[in-house]
Amino acid sequence: MFEIGLAHYLTVAAVLFTLGVFGIFINRKNVIIIMMAIELMLLAVNINMVAFSSFLHDMVGQVFTMFILTVAAAEAAIGLAIVVVFFRNRGSIAVEDISELRG
Amino acid sequence: MITALIFYMFATILAGAGVMVISSRNPVHSVLFMIVCFFNAAGLFLLLGAEFLAMSLVIVYVGAVAVLFLFVVMMLDINTSELKDGFLQYLPVGAVVGLLLLVELVVLFGSWGFSADVGTHIQAATPSAEQVTNTQALGMLIYTKYALLFQVSGLILLVAMVGAILLTLRKRPGVRHQKVADQCARGTDTVQLQKVQTGRGI
Repeated sequence: MFEIGLAHYLTVAAVLFTLGVFGIFINRKNVIIIMMAIELMLLAVNINMVAFSSFLHDMVGQVFTMFILTVAAAEAAIGLAIVVVFFRNRGSIAVEDISELRG
Repeated sequence: MITALIFYMFATILAGAGVMVISSRNPVHSVLFMIVCFFNAAGLFLLLGAEFLAMSLVIVYVGAVAVLFLFVVMMLDINTSELKDGFLQYLPVGAVVGLLLLVELVVLFGSWGFSADVGTHIQAATPSAEQVTNTQALGMLIYTKYALLFQVSGLILLVAMVGAILLTLRKRPGVRHQKVADQCARGTDTVQLQKVQTGRGI
């Protein structure tokens, strides 16, 4: 209980990842909150990587955490730009309205 | 003992803020709780000995990504009351999937362990913290062994920047802009300087 091991960090990351998945399911009206849920999932992955890196004494995990951070930032920028363009065209950001490709 | 207490504090606030991110009614509150999430994750990184990543998490996420989210949330004029209409509709299936995932992950962590020869697969052993700081150790790796990946991640950021600008740039017709180049290119033929004699006018 008071000896913090790898399993503790993995559990925190698992809870955070589950919250991200759950957030995608329940927020069907707001794409921005879905993107925040994706950010939470990426954060959970980062916690996993850093925890393994720390407990295995291997720096490569931290290197790749930095790359994940980079990709997450790029993804947020592109995603938010798409949301802005979509809102400009349709006046809504609800997921149900994004069905133009259905034909 | 004190490390454990700090860990539990960070972990509890992290999970609680995560719940608030996905469940709060106002998107602005969601963004603010996401900032709390990132701060507490940075605390966990500090506990794990990854100081550089903790600081870059605060700088990159809180300073850039969260502010970007905040800008977009405030720029888009969203009707917050109807945003949560489908909340209860998707709650059962979301809860089932989420619980299933959580149980699977926890069962996985319970029955899992390192293999006996894990020590032989270490790619770059962490140097001792007394001799080399975390930032220096990270720098010695990304500028040598992972230099190509480092450059490519910079390229990804460039592509993201160009893409975001290209997507959101728009030319609106009928808007009057100041054209500095045209103003500077005007010759002397448009303006005349005249001496005005006193009492006579032009």
